[in-house]
Amino acid sequence: MTMAPVIPGPPATSPAPLALHGLSVEGVNQCVHCGLCLASCPTFSELGTEMDSPRGRIFLIKSLAEGRIGLTDSTVAHLDLCLDCRACETVCPAGVPYGRLIEAARAEIERQRPGGAVRRAFRWLNFGLLLGRPRALRAAAVGLRLYQASGLQALVRRSGIARLLPGTLPAWEALLPSLPPAADRAPLPPLTPALGPRRSRVALLTGCVQSIVFGAHNQATARVLARNGCDVLAPAGQGCCGALNAHGGDHARAIEMAKRTIETFEATGADAVIVNTSGCGAHMKGYGALLAGEPAWAERASRFAGTVQDVAEFLAREPLRGPLAPVPMTVTYHDPCHVVHGQKIRRQPRHLLAQVPGLRVVDLPESDWCCGSAGIYNLTQPEMAGRLLRRKVRNIEATRAEAVVTANPGCILQIEAGLRARSLRVPVLHLVEVLDRAYRHA
Amino acid sequence: MATLAVDRKSALRRELESIVGRDGVLSDPDELLVYESDGLTLFRALADFVVFPTCAEHVAAVVRLANREALPFVARGAGTGLSGGCLPAEGGLVISMMRMNRVLEVDYDNQVAVVEPGLVNLHLSWAVGPRGFYYAPDPSSQQACTIGGNIANNSGGPHTLKYGVTVNHVLGLEVVLPDGELVWLGGKTRDALGYDLAGVFVGSEGTFGIATKIAVRILKKPQAVKTVLAVFDQIDQASAAVSAIIARGLVPAAVEMIDQLTIQAVEDAFGCGYPRDAAAALLIELDGLRAGMEAQAERIVAACRESGAREVRTAADEAERQLLWKGRKSAFGAYGRVSPAYMVMDGVIPRTKLPYVLGRVNEIVAAHGLRVGNVFHAGDGNLHPNILYDPRKPGEEARVVAAGAEIMKVCAEVGGSISGEHGIGLEKSDFMPFIFSAADLAFMQSLKAAFNPTGLCNPGKVFPTKKSCVEAGPVAYRPHAIEERGLAQRF
Repeated sequence: MTMAPVIPGPPATSPAPLALHGLSVEGVNQCVHCGLCLASCPTFSELGTEMDSPRGRIFLIKSLAEGRIGLTDSTVAHLDLCLDCRACETVCPAGVPYGRLIEAARAEIERQRPGGAVRRAFRWLNFGLLLGRPRALRAAAVGLRLYQASGLQALVRRSGIARLLPGTLPAWEALLPSLPPAADRAPLPPLTPALGPRRSRVALLTGCVQSIVFGAHNQATARVLARNGCDVLAPAGQGCCGALNAHGGDHARAIEMAKRTIETFEATGADAVIVNTSGCGAHMKGYGALLAGEPAWAERASRFAGTVQDVAEFLAREPLRGPLAPVPMTVTYHDPCHVVHGQKIRRQPRHLLAQVPGLRVVDLPESDWCCGSAGIYNLTQPEMAGRLLRRKVRNIEATRAEAVVTANPGCILQIEAGLRARSLRVPVLHLVEVLDRAYRHA
Repeated sequence: MATLAVDRKSALRRELESIVGRDGVLSDPDELLVYESDGLTLFRALADFVVFPTCAEHVAAVVRLANREALPFVARGAGTGLSGGCLPAEGGLVISMMRMNRVLEVDYDNQVAVVEPGLVNLHLSWAVGPRGFYYAPDPSSQQACTIGGNIANNSGGPHTLKYGVTVNHVLGLEVVLPDGELVWLGGKTRDALGYDLAGVFVGSEGTFGIATKIAVRILKKPQAVKTVLAVFDQIDQASAAVSAIIARGLVPAAVEMIDQLTIQAVEDAFGCGYPRDAAAALLIELDGLRAGMEAQAERIVAACRESGAREVRTAADEAERQLLWKGRKSAFGAYGRVSPAYMVMDGVIPRTKLPYVLGRVNEIVAAHGLRVGNVFHAGDGNLHPNILYDPRKPGEEARVVAAGAEIMKVCAEVGGSISGEHGIGLEKSDFMPFIFSAADLAFMQSLKAAFNPTGLCNPGKVFPTKKSCVEAGPVAYRPHAIEERGLAQRF
């Protein structure tokens, strides 16, 4: 373990704006240390250590930027343990832009500590190849489907051989989603026409991983939007929005992906860009800040960000168009972090569910508390992710709901895994699937 | 700076680990740095270790070890305090209570809950809420601060006006004394026999030991609540309205005042519904029996209107009420939107002096070239001028401290006090002579010596130091302001 000496006291003056890896962290100065964020932070709640709280991490980031501390193993560990769930932003009276601060810190960590050849190759495989090139991802999906359909995965899991894999690979294996057959992975048609009076012309982000693992959500989203008077465009050339890259400290690629996404969607001329995954929506709404440093892009990116809407946010602007068939069951709603905290969308999904006849919605305790999925957190920090998942499952059990409704693929995979581990037969549905069911049976 | 030699430090670490476990000890420089301040960043000090006990036996063992090694130690909760009270002396141990955060038992029939000190204040109300109960003391930081920290500072909150402060709600405590002995002070019933040692302990700012279990009263939620927002174009009108309400014999649960700078900050934060152009607003809450509440509310509305309120409205529903309170309770943090740092004062004055003192506060702060936001418990005259500053600008911290001292003097001169609820801690220790004579302070010192003879338990707090940048040296007797006004007499 490396230890750096602490330089006492903040500098008397701070002439240059604070930055890490060229990204501004001036936002640290908005933190007045009131501590109101502490109890809202899942990792602080679990550990009780202030380096693992928002206020503590802001202080570490500030101290790094001021040069009071260096990037030691310990500092990296505390920053890595952050879920980036942004629950602290929801409660912060000072408006500290925490998400941007932690992303800057992660970019700095990557710069200073790229790791060994294996780690670098792994990151290139994920951030560069799979997320950067849709075709590579599709090819990988075929391989994964083969692994699962052939029975090899079942064999690996039964034999316990996965546990012998190094590092966090066992966690990766355990979370591999079961891939749907090719029909569900088929791309959406370029246009799904509106039914009834036309309300709007929207473009759907079909996502990178989303389109492969949860193609059914995209299809349901398109159908529900069409039922509500939208022409739904699904531009073929779209790739990954870059959210996972940005959250993981891969800033340079995140910028390229943002530009490509903006170009692709601008070309559709749609009124709004609809997103049905939480991290992507929150990230795309932040393109303005991401590209603020590039004069040729700054304004364009802000304008684009203004057209991005979460599917629940968009639909809740008007009453759902009927007819809706009853969906007679009791459900509870889990708020994905980057929907509720990243985009401040809390009321809308509940408002939509309340319009489905026969559906009873019971409150989930700590509904806006991270389930531990957090992008790829459950793969990089399996222990903390597991603690938060067990907490989430306990809360779900207490509601006695027949199904969990949420609005993000990562949460669905994670919560399904948690329920499976407890042998609970409670399905986890995307909000649009519930709405789609009501429409299809009408 | 921490001063332990390397080999002594690693030996101590091993011994602490043998008590609380490997994951219960922090000693890396970056980790200790995070613990250098509480909610008041003006003061900073580094510990040698932060330890995380999970039971009273751990606390006692750590305290005994500290005694053997002659290391200073201090308990810390969520670190939301506003007077530097939980800061370590230079070096020594911070004992974090955050892993002792359970509700141990609740006796609903007798309205008593026994909790651990690291329990978040609001979480107790959440725990007993489903059965119709709540814990009354509600510091503005209640979503994060701990009951243990509330005990140390005898914390108040907006509803103090009607329900009293923490000491009025504590029945007894299990305490690790500064020598490591484990004792109960008070009990779980209302009328414990003997000296009221629980009462002595509450508000002792961590200098009399560390509470490990706390028995508190829980109250039945009121049948009805009514929340009134009164808006004023002049701050003096708002002050007059406070006096008018009290003069009519009305006892609201809370009367809070918020000035324009603060309103604008909280509106930026959460859009709570306070008018941005108001010079001041009063947030007034009534609670209790439904019968008669409407009539009381009307009298309050009338008092506000007669004092010049331009608008008086009642929260239409629970959501609106919650939002208004959210704004009030988030005010300190919201100053982050207008300033990188602030120092909050905690003076108490007679209500009738509000207009005069608020005027003086503004003059003093302006004379030092600084800005101030006011948000406070107007009903009981507990001021919170928040002096805004930028620690990166040379000389500003010193100007803040000087302005703060002058404000404290004004509070003392009008017959008030230097702290209502935040504790003395480090920040106000040098202001104690404004209020207390040398004899008063010497008597308090002798009480402290009875609990804490070695002085290792939270040293450097409460009492004035010679390092003072405000008023140094031994303090000569001065009559207290309330003596001069004939309100109290010395025997």
